[in-house]
Amino acid sequence: MATYSTNDFKGGLKIMLDGDPCSIIENEFVKPGKGQAFNRVKLRNLKTGKTLEKTFKSGETVDAADVLEIEMQYLYNDGEFWYFMDLETFDQKPADEKAVGDARQWLKEEDICEVTLYNGDPLTVVPPKFVELEVVETDPGLKGDTAGSGGKPATLETGAVVQVPLFIQEGEVIKADTRAHKYVGRVQN
Amino acid sequence: MTEWRPTAGDRARRARAQLYRDLRHFFDEREVLEVETPALASHGVTDPGIECLPVTGSGLLQPSPEYHMKRLLAAGAGPIYQIARVFRAGEQGRRHNPEFTLLEWYRPGFTLTDLVDECLSLLEGVLANNGREHWRYRQLFQRELGLDPLTADTAELAECARQEGAAPPVTERQPLLDWLLASRIEPALPRDRLVVIRDFPPAAAALARIEADPEDAAPIAQRFEVFFGGHELANGYHELVDPQEQAQRFEQDRRIRAERDQPDRHPDPFLLNALEEGLPDCSGVALGLERVLMCQLGATDISEVLNFPFERA
Repeated sequence: MATYSTNDFKGGLKIMLDGDPCSIIENEFVKPGKGQAFNRVKLRNLKTGKTLEKTFKSGETVDAADVLEIEMQYLYNDGEFWYFMDLETFDQKPADEKAVGDARQWLKEEDICEVTLYNGDPLTVVPPKFVELEVVETDPGLKGDTAGSGGKPATLETGAVVQVPLFIQEGEVIKADTRAHKYVGRVQN
Repeated sequence: MTEWRPTAGDRARRARAQLYRDLRHFFDEREVLEVETPALASHGVTDPGIECLPVTGSGLLQPSPEYHMKRLLAAGAGPIYQIARVFRAGEQGRRHNPEFTLLEWYRPGFTLTDLVDECLSLLEGVLANNGREHWRYRQLFQRELGLDPLTADTAELAECARQEGAAPPVTERQPLLDWLLASRIEPALPRDRLVVIRDFPPAAAALARIEADPEDAAPIAQRFEVFFGGHELANGYHELVDPQEQAQRFEQDRRIRAERDQPDRHPDPFLLNALEEGLPDCSGVALGLERVLMCQLGATDISEVLNFPFERA
C-alpha cells in the first residue's frame, strides 16, 4: 500500500487514520527549539464527516487512503442501491443508502454527481449544485402573487421538499440549489 | 500557470532592508564585526533535530553558521556577527521555509545573562512590545503544568500530556517535553511581551554548557530562547568549549540518529580541532529574521516576508 510522509501533508491529501479514510484540511509544521518536530493536522473523517485534530511526529509515515473523487452519472435505483456510471470507463458502481445519504432526495437520472470512491466503492455522493426538477405536489397558490412574497412547500419529483413562491403550480419545473436547499427560479419550457 | 511573481509585497521588502540597516547599526555601535562563512561545507551537524540538505558530490548546505563562526572565535576574531542564509531539510510550513535567514552573533566573555540582555535590547529596538518576561524552563513547567520537567519520570510526562488533550505521538522523555512546550506552554505565553525561557534540561543542551542548578544541583543547560508574538525568535547558549565533551555529544547524537534511522553525520573535525586549540569563553545566539519580519508586519505566513518561498523558488 502507498504511504505518505508528513513532508507530503497538505490540504486535500487522503490518508488512513485508525482504520478510516480521512482528508487533510490543514497541516501545520511545529518545531520547538532544536527539538522534535511535529505536524499538527486537522482532518475530516470521510466516513463520518467529523473533523478531528491529530499531532504526528515529523517524518512519520501513514498509509494513503485509496480515495478517489470523480464525476459519475446517476443511472437508477433498484430499491436497495443507487447505481452510478464512470463517464470514462462506463463502469457501474452501486452506492448504498449510507453512501447516498441526504443526496438521495435530489438524485435525478442522468444527472452528474461528485462521487467519492473508497477502495473502489462509493463512500459519499454529492448531488449537482443546481438541479432542475418537476414539482409533483404543492397546494394551489393564489393567482396574481407574482412578487413571490409568500411561500409554500413543494415536493419535487426526487423527493426533496423546498419552499417555493405561491405562483408555482404542480407540473412546473423549477431550479433548486441543493447545498442551500432552496428554490432558485422557474424553468421556462 | 506557474506563478512567477514574488509572494512578498513592497512593504515587506522595505521592512527587510530597514531591518538589515538597523541590525548593522546596532552591531557597529557595539564594535561587533560582520563576518562571512561558507554556506556549503564538507560537514554538517549531528543534532538529530536538524537535517542538512546534501549537495551531491560537494557536501552539505549549512543549517547555521555556528561551527565556522566558532572556528573564527578560536582564531581570535573577537566579537562577531553574521546575517546568513541557512538551509534545513523538511522544515516547511506557515513559519518555516527550508532556506531562511539567521542573524547569529558571538560575544567572548559574555555570560548567558549578558547575552540575554543584549538580545532583548536588540529586539526592543526593532519590535513594538510591552516589556520583558523572564522564566526558567523548570519554573514555567511547574506553573503551567504543575510538574518539574527535570525530575518527573517519563510516565508522569506522558500522563500529563494525555490529560492536556490529544495524545502526543512520542514516548521518549525529551520529545515529550518538546511536545508539552510546543503544544501546551508556548500557546499560553503573552504575545505582546518578549518572553525569555532559560536553563533547559540537559538533553536539550545542544551546544550549550551544562551546569548545576544553584537550587538543587540538578544539571541544567545554559541555553535560552526568546518568544514573541507566538513565535520562537531566538536560541542562545553559553557555549560549550570542552573538546572532549563536544566529541561525546557528537557521538550521543549519532547514537540517537542510528536509533531513529536518520542519516549518520560525521563529527566535524575542523570544529573539534578548533576546540582543542581553545575556544574563548563566550555566549552566542541565533535569531530568525523572517520571524522578526513576520512580527513587524503582523504576517501569518512566512511567504509574506520571502520574495520566493520554496514552492516558487
